Amino acid sequence: MAGFDKVVSSYEEAMAGLEDNMTVIAGGFGLCGIPENLISEIKRKGTKGLTVVSNNCGVDDFGLGILLPDRQIKKIIASYVGENAEFERQMMNGELEVELTPQGTLAEKMRAGGAGIPAFFTATGYGTPVAEGKEEREFDGRHYILEPAIKGDFAIVKAWKADRYGNLVFRKTARNFNPMAATAGKITVVEVEEIVEPGELDPDHIHTPGIYVNRLILGTFEKRIEQRTIRS
Amino acid sequence: MALTREQLAQRVAQELQDGFYVNLGIGIPTLVANYIPEGMEVMLQSENGLLGMGQFPTEAEIDADLINAGKQTVTMAKGASIFDSAESFAMIRGGHVDLTVLGAFEVDVNGNIASYMIPGKLIKGMGGAMDLVAGADNIIVTMTHASKHGVSKLLSNCTLPLTGKGCIKKVLTDLAFIEIKDGKFYLLERAPGVSVEEIISLTEGELIVDGDVPEMQL
Repeated sequence: MAGFDKVVSSYEEAMAGLEDNMTVIAGGFGLCGIPENLISEIKRKGTKGLTVVSNNCGVDDFGLGILLPDRQIKKIIASYVGENAEFERQMMNGELEVELTPQGTLAEKMRAGGAGIPAFFTATGYGTPVAEGKEEREFDGRHYILEPAIKGDFAIVKAWKADRYGNLVFRKTARNFNPMAATAGKITVVEVEEIVEPGELDPDHIHTPGIYVNRLILGTFEKRIEQRTIRS
Repeated sequence: MALTREQLAQRVAQELQDGFYVNLGIGIPTLVANYIPEGMEVMLQSENGLLGMGQFPTEAEIDADLINAGKQTVTMAKGASIFDSAESFAMIRGGHVDLTVLGAFEVDVNGNIASYMIPGKLIKGMGGAMDLVAGADNIIVTMTHASKHGVSKLLSNCTLPLTGKGCIKKVLTDLAFIEIKDGKFYLLERAPGVSVEEIISLTEGELIVDGDVPEMQL
C-alpha cells in the first residue's frame, strides 16, 4: 500500500488484526448488501467471542449465520433476528446474548459512532423494554430516551464500486447500513465488485468518501436472495 | 361477516390521499398497495432505503440488490430514490411519512401497541416498527379483533411488551374501525353484517358507541 491506495490482495490481509472478543460492525439488510466474503474470512480465521453489530444475523448457511455453529459470536446487536434456526436455539439456551435494537436507532448509533457523537435522544422505544435503564428526558412535551453510539474495532462493508483510494459507490438497496458501518470502524474493510482508478468516479456520485476506508478488496459475490418474489 | 385480509387492505386504502408518502408494514398492510385508487399518486417507502417502491419484478427483472423491508425482490417506481438506513429513519422519525400502516398483537385504550414479541415464544425483534410508531403521526394498525378463541386484542392495558407508548389513534380490525382518544376506544364503523353487540363483546377495553354505527363501504 502506498499513499491513499487502500487495495489489499487477499482476504487474509483484509481481516488481519481481528482478534477474539472484538466488536465487528457489519453492513447489510437481510442478505442484501452483506460483506459475504469478509464474513467467510472470519469463519476461516475462527475468531471467537465476537460482538457483532448488524441489522440481521443472516440465515443458517449464509451471511453472519455461518459464524454461529462454531460459537464465534458471543453477542449480537440487531433489530430483527428471525429466519435462523441455530440462532434461535443458541438464544433460547442463553448461549448467545442478543440486544434487540430498533432499526432506526441501530442505524443512528452507527452514524453517531462514526460522527463523534457519543449519544443521542430519540423517541423510539420510549415506554418499551428498549428504554429500560436508559436516561429519559422531555423536549417540547415529548418523551425521549438516551441511546449511546456504537463503534467497532472492525467494520465490514460491501459496496458496488470503488476507486483505489476507497471512495465508494453503493448499488440500489444494497446500500442500507453500509455507509454508516463504514464510518464506525477503527479499521474499516470494504469489499467491492469493481475497483477503478482514482479520478474515474464522479466526485458528485461518491456515497462514502475514502477517508473512512482502511482496506479495500475486490471480490466475487453469490448475492443470495432471501425472498425471491415475482409478479404473477 | 369479519373482513378478509383483502377487505382490510381495501378499507385502509380509502384512507390514502393523492400525494401521500406511505410506509406499509409486512403482511396485511403490504396488500394495501393493490388497492391504490385509479388516478391517485402514492409513493411507497420501504425502510431498508427505497422511496418509490414498484411492483414485484418479472423473472428477467429480478435484482438481488433491490429488495423491500420484507426482503422480497421488488422494482422501483418512476421517480424513486435510494438512500441509506440512517436517512430512511430520518424520514420516518422526523415525521415526513404521511401514513404508516402496520400490524399488531394488541392495542389498548391509551394508544399503546404491542407487536414484536411474545416472551418465551416469539423473539424475532422489532425491526423498524418502534421507529415507525414513534415517528409517525398518522398510523393505522390492522389486526384481528380477537384471537381464534375469542380473546380480545383491544385491551384496557396491553399484556405483551410494548412496541410504542401512547402512539396509536386508529385501529382497523376484521370487525371494526376504531379511534382511540382520551383513554377510550370509539367505534366509528363496523364490518358489513357485524353487529355492535358482537364488537362490544369482543372488546375488552372501554368502548364508546355513539348513536348508529355505520357499516364500512367496501
